[in-house]
Amino acid sequence: MSLNRHVFILNVHLINICDNEPCLQTVQPNEVDMSSPLMYGTPSSRIEGTPRSGVRGTPARQRPDLGSVRKAPQVDLQSEPSAADGGAASEANAGQRLVIWGTDVNVGICKEKFQRFLQRFIDPTSNEDENSGLDLNEPLYMQKLEEISVVGDPVLNVNCLHVQSFDAELYRQLISYPQEVIPTFDMAVNELFFERFPDSILEFQIQVRPYNALKTRNMRSLNPEDIDQLITISGMVIRTSQLIPEMQEAFFQCQVCAYSTRVEVDRGRIAEPAVCRNCNTTHGLTLVHNRSVFSDKQMIKVQESPEDMPAGQTPHTTVVYAHNDLVDKVQPGDRVNITGVYRAVPMRVNPRQSNVKAVYKTHIDAIHFRKTDEKRLHGVNEEAEQKLFTEDRVQTLKELAGKPDVYERLSSALAPSIYEHEDIKKGILLQLFGGTRKDFSQTGRGHFRADVNILLCGDPGTSKSQLLQYVYNLVPRGQYTSGKGSSAVGLTAYVMKDPETRQVVLQTGALVLSDNGICCIDEFDKMSDNTRSVLHEVMEQQTLSIAKAGIICQLNARTAVLAAANPVESQWNPKKTTIENIQLPHTLLSRFDLIFLMLDPQDEAYDRRLAHHLVSLYYQSEEQMEEEFLDMAVLRDYIAYARTYISPRLSEEASQTLIEAYVDMRKIGSGRGMVSAYPRQLESLIRLAEAHAKVRFSEKVENIDVEEAKRLHREALKQSATDPRTGFVDISILTTGMSLTARKRKEEVAQALKKMIQAKGKTPAMKYQQLLDDLRGQSETAITKELFDEALRALADEDYLTVTGKTVRLLA
Amino acid sequence: MPSTHDWIDSPLVVIEDMFAASQNSPNSGWEAKAVEFFKERLKEKDAHTWVPSLNDVPLHYLKPNSLVKFRCLIQDMFDPEFYMGVYETVDSSTKAKTLRCGKYKDVTECGVDFSSTNTVTAERQTFYCVPIPGENSWVKDSFAASSQARVIPSTSYVPSRQKRSYEEDEEMDDMDAQPQKQREPQSGPQSPSEHLGNNDSKRLETEAPSGSTVSSSHINLNFPLPGEKGPSCLVKVYENWDCFKLNDTLEVYGILSVSPALSALADEKEASSGVLDPTESMETAEEQRVHSPPASLVPRLHMLYAAPLQHNNPLLPVISSADDSAFLSSSLGEMASVRAELLSYFTHVLLGDALSAEYLILHLISTVYSRRDVLPLGKFTLNLSGCPTVSSYTERLYQIIQQLVPSSYYLGMSLQNMNHMQLVPKKDYVANRLVSGALQLAKNTSLFLDETKLEQGQLDTTGVRNVTALGNLISWQKVDYDFSYHQMEFPCNINVLIVSEARSLLPSDCQVHVHSQVVPSDMEEYLGSIHIHSQAFSQLNKLRIYLSVARLLDYSISEELTKAVEDDFVDMRKDDPQSISAEDLHRLLVVARLLSLSLGQTSLSRDMWLRAKDLEAQRTSRMEQHTCVNGNEP
Repeated sequence: MSLNRHVFILNVHLINICDNEPCLQTVQPNEVDMSSPLMYGTPSSRIEGTPRSGVRGTPARQRPDLGSVRKAPQVDLQSEPSAADGGAASEANAGQRLVIWGTDVNVGICKEKFQRFLQRFIDPTSNEDENSGLDLNEPLYMQKLEEISVVGDPVLNVNCLHVQSFDAELYRQLISYPQEVIPTFDMAVNELFFERFPDSILEFQIQVRPYNALKTRNMRSLNPEDIDQLITISGMVIRTSQLIPEMQEAFFQCQVCAYSTRVEVDRGRIAEPAVCRNCNTTHGLTLVHNRSVFSDKQMIKVQESPEDMPAGQTPHTTVVYAHNDLVDKVQPGDRVNITGVYRAVPMRVNPRQSNVKAVYKTHIDAIHFRKTDEKRLHGVNEEAEQKLFTEDRVQTLKELAGKPDVYERLSSALAPSIYEHEDIKKGILLQLFGGTRKDFSQTGRGHFRADVNILLCGDPGTSKSQLLQYVYNLVPRGQYTSGKGSSAVGLTAYVMKDPETRQVVLQTGALVLSDNGICCIDEFDKMSDNTRSVLHEVMEQQTLSIAKAGIICQLNARTAVLAAANPVESQWNPKKTTIENIQLPHTLLSRFDLIFLMLDPQDEAYDRRLAHHLVSLYYQSEEQMEEEFLDMAVLRDYIAYARTYISPRLSEEASQTLIEAYVDMRKIGSGRGMVSAYPRQLESLIRLAEAHAKVRFSEKVENIDVEEAKRLHREALKQSATDPRTGFVDISILTTGMSLTARKRKEEVAQALKKMIQAKGKTPAMKYQQLLDDLRGQSETAITKELFDEALRALADEDYLTVTGKTVRLLA
Repeated sequence: MPSTHDWIDSPLVVIEDMFAASQNSPNSGWEAKAVEFFKERLKEKDAHTWVPSLNDVPLHYLKPNSLVKFRCLIQDMFDPEFYMGVYETVDSSTKAKTLRCGKYKDVTECGVDFSSTNTVTAERQTFYCVPIPGENSWVKDSFAASSQARVIPSTSYVPSRQKRSYEEDEEMDDMDAQPQKQREPQSGPQSPSEHLGNNDSKRLETEAPSGSTVSSSHINLNFPLPGEKGPSCLVKVYENWDCFKLNDTLEVYGILSVSPALSALADEKEASSGVLDPTESMETAEEQRVHSPPASLVPRLHMLYAAPLQHNNPLLPVISSADDSAFLSSSLGEMASVRAELLSYFTHVLLGDALSAEYLILHLISTVYSRRDVLPLGKFTLNLSGCPTVSSYTERLYQIIQQLVPSSYYLGMSLQNMNHMQLVPKKDYVANRLVSGALQLAKNTSLFLDETKLEQGQLDTTGVRNVTALGNLISWQKVDYDFSYHQMEFPCNINVLIVSEARSLLPSDCQVHVHSQVVPSDMEEYLGSIHIHSQAFSQLNKLRIYLSVARLLDYSISEELTKAVEDDFVDMRKDDPQSISAEDLHRLLVVARLLSLSLGQTSLSRDMWLRAKDLEAQRTSRMEQHTCVNGNEP
């Protein structure tokens, strides 16, 4: 049988040729052809009446999505009479294999196979959300049919992968001849259904909606061979049209005798009856619109998703038609997987001319939509979209993971143009992998943050921005903003009125957009306080609460934050603490797991290596560089794979080590009476250790992971939390904003001041300046104005005195 | 085989012959052969100059279906389209079937048999191409002058650049294409199907935009820069379209198609927007207008062959790697002397400041030659601060640069401009096209930012976005195109020169403060005099060649010098770690590179390194001086 079927549906204008007749508007060729062997149900069943049960009793709904079963030109059909009534004929002539014209589909066999599939297919490993609540060890689709009988929604979604694993031949037919095979499936399913549930009443007959066809994944790879085949593509909806009513059946009434007749639309054309059959008046019939039957149709424009595109090209778009209940299923901005039939229709240059533009219009008749980002807002299922990896790729990645120095390799592959800063790169690498997500909502603690937040601070010009840019380019869901340029609104979400529909829409900002990704914020210090306050919630609870224009909601923002901040005095002052240098609230700083300083090390050996690195940038050829480092694509896949498939758990041994590490950290300070670690630091350690285990593709967090986490954490602390006055690492700098020594000093001054005031006896009010001078005179050490102010504030907090302007008053 | 000029005048005959010949022998690969044939022909000596160019010959002088060339930039890429590669026609009288080739054509012959089993559907890609934005007039003139194309109605045709405006052209073409002349009056409300109710909703959708655009009647040709003229073109690409990228500059050789039937399609739509065919209703009227504009305005070009352009300097030979290197090396010798000339000229222009002149030369020959992950290498954005604000000095400076570089654009950074111009290209989803912006430029275009035009005031949202876009362009050499739901990053290679009074608000790789040595009493006169001053035509051409050649040269650093540079860096840091940072070394390496190239040396020498260091030292000392004088400079 010839498979080379290039039969195109003529799309014919019914532009009026006779002038005295009303012109009929043209309609797409998508009427179910009643004369086809695949039509079932009675054509007149649309007429209202009590629905009866049983196949015959339930009205069939037309499937404009499949269009008519294309009829070959009459001549050809007669020369091949075999096709006429597939199913029945094949049983009659069992020896002869009868198939639908132009295909190799035998209706009877196909039906049988599909019924067998429905009755037997079991997928114990299924983890699709559609199947939640179903018993995975029972035939999947029979349970779904049962569901249909209860719920009454006559749609059966069938995963093509299931069909493929069950019967590859059936799958091939489904992909190649959807137009013939899907109606056959419909028939099979309805027979089966009404056999099982003879008493159930459905509004319409069940329609089968296959999805997840493997044929095509990417819009760019669509080519002429895909025409009239079942395909699945992913993309983003950019525009939807208004609802287009499309005529399915025209109603004509004779103006003379009021005799009425119905005419089905056949391939876009309505054969207008010229003569009234009742009174024989010619051209006396008029179309009555409100009694004609229309179906809904909607045009949807879909654009290639940005991830699928090669660099330097613009995204492609495709037109999709949605029919009947698929209309308005998707909104602009949705990411969707569309399963449908790819169509091509020739274009006419001019309806009155017979030469055509040698170009086809292409579109997809949608059969099934699946939103890919649906779950992001609900947060039910993690990693909704799974990046597909080929076997080979997985193999390469696993091989890479097996290497003992994979951690070093990956970290050096990160931003190779930026020199050294090994620990920072390692930190960022761990951030890219992230910890394991844990859910304690059952015990009332909600989610634990799994993402690692990192702050880079340091002198300007130490390639912080470059690192950020690199990370932003590396991760698929990265966002890059600059503290100066972003407002709280730009980061979170805002409510906008859609200019077209006047509908209120929630537009999400950078933080929400980078859910499951990394949000890079440059010039963190330049951010307004207002904006920063938003980050408090995001960085610990990982949610965003919005109460605006009547919309109250909590969005997930499970994003890792990579921020860069410049010191206030433009140059890092080593004599000051981190807090003093960057002037960020300590509440925010304590939410960063790692704070790194990017400073000029000022050391000769370093200089030499740096110089060599830079110079080599300028003379090595592209290829030479490639060899030295891992490809960015490999790195990206590696990270994606690890994030999706690896979720390490703490081993017993590792937990012990962690506990010890934490106790040790607390011990360090306890000798000098200060707290050197808080539970937050323990959480950080756990996250880092988990991330490191992920780097190794290990499902278990082991001692080496903890050791590395400890080391990195210590390194970061050493840089950022060293008290410049004592030289000790003091975690309280980050947690309370003050080093312990500074706090002690403040207290001493406050006490001294209090004593002094008490010594003065009963003077209810004092001059501020005088008090300062007195104190200065009394004290052996220099007392700065700031210190004095702080002391006053501390006393005010004790309700001992109040400061109003330049006067200090004692209370009670 | 066809005679010499037939392949230019009627290339389709050649193709059809080949197609017919191939019918007897399947798998003959006639398509590849056809392309090869034209490539061979074009390789012949001067052959490419015989092909008329859309750039300098008005469209209505060109013969339809002839071979033409077009020097252009890919502004947008439309969706791929399926067409009938091979189809069969039936003669209505004799019923004889003929197999025909649909490649390189827009419209089929009459009587297509749609159910023929011999039909072959093929795929092609459409690019929307515009002339290279900002191409300077001397380039255009020079290209036009070198053309030896025989244009048919040659009696009336004088190759001049004074083309008539396109409205006129359009009118002219309307006259030619009589059949659809009466379309305008027809587009009234009395279209035959008007009283049909079921397309009300469709009309709602289509009528609104058509009302506004019909009145303006002028189609936005989507040039990146305002005020550009020239034809834009829909180029149909038949093979390897993946290797073309947005903003590539090409010389396209292809078959011109201006079939009035194509315009008829568009006109029909406007005339009867109510009678939209439902298959066509997937496109809005807006989209229709953009994707199938009248062929008289936007001709179709069926690409046979396209050569990516390394440069658009007409004075250099068309680069094809082999003889290219020979040409380049031949010009190395005299580079030093030309450079000296250019230096003295620039010194003069920059009011006697030789140092600024040096840096200006370096800037003009800089180009992004490679990228390391996100870092573009070789960019050299120059900020000339301290420019006199009197008597349009900056404009004059731009005019001088304009005379020297093939393409350039002047952007006065006035508040008005910043707040209202669209710098970043944006996707228009209604019309389904990329609306161009001023930053959609071909590589090596000189962008001249005049910050002296900036006054105090408030930047609005657009303004902030524009300034950010400029900042990104300078720091990363990329532009984030606005795709409404997401942004997409396109790398670019644009030489940005910022002139300002004090340090620019935009980042730059290098800032030089202009120290005027001469203070002319009458600036206007002074500038006027140097402008014409002795820069004779051949002289000017020498400078133009010099600037383009220096950019194309290869460059290397020897092992030994690498070592020396490293030592130098370490030593400098040893003395004073504050004196030189990694950033400074980056700049120093670029300066050394450009300095060597500007003198025609393709590898770094110790001498050059020292000279580069010296230049930088002079520059920084001047900056410090300046800071001291001004005190509160940042």
